[in-house]
Amino acid sequence: MKISIQQDDFDIAEESRLLRESNSNTGAIVTFSGLVRDLDNERKVESLILEHYPGMTESSLEKIIAQAQGRWSILDVTVIHRIGELQAGEQIVFVAVASLHRGEAFSACEFIMDFLKTRAPFWKKCLDENGESWVEAKSTDEDASARW
Amino acid sequence: MIAVHFFASIREALGVEHKTFDLPKDVETVEQLITFLAQQHGGTWSEILGKGSVMVAVNHEMAERSARLQAGDEVAFFPPVTGG
Repeated sequence: MKISIQQDDFDIAEESRLLRESNSNTGAIVTFSGLVRDLDNERKVESLILEHYPGMTESSLEKIIAQAQGRWSILDVTVIHRIGELQAGEQIVFVAVASLHRGEAFSACEFIMDFLKTRAPFWKKCLDENGESWVEAKSTDEDASARW
Repeated sequence: MIAVHFFASIREALGVEHKTFDLPKDVETVEQLITFLAQQHGGTWSEILGKGSVMVAVNHEMAERSARLQAGDEVAFFPPVTGG
């Protein structure tokens, strides 16, 4: 399992390779990457500033992964979340799950993302043509985690 | 001692990132901590920290307003999370 909170960008191919090599039983790897959109509520986004709660963010991700491991047979997981200032188009988040078969990897990857969005202490500030504002939590994200 | 941290919009609204102080004897819960901080800093604090949407963590675990506190705890107040 790998959890990394970092300013630096990540390389999806490299992360996928590391996961592939971590267990010879792996039959499926599902990866998700989230990007900074250039339009939010029809406003042009210049950049986002990502803030987190050092210590709690890591432990909350560990708990989310542990919950996923309790529900599905997972061989390995990688979660990377970037912090600091990110420009439109840049990668923010990466979740990859390795398992024997695809069904478990698909479900666990979506579960981890849904809970990362609603439970892990990260906050986004948006810089756009109108200045800066904190991004509001969306009820659709809460709905997505509630269905599990 | 108790350490209290504020994040994101809460930190900006209060103008404080963290505070460390001796836990007063009559502060036994998060709710009472909010009342104590409001007494120290004025009504804006009560308004900001009293909002139902404000999330609370005690020692890095999400907690209710009724959660009990003791010396050495780390408490954090923050708005709903928006990562990913």
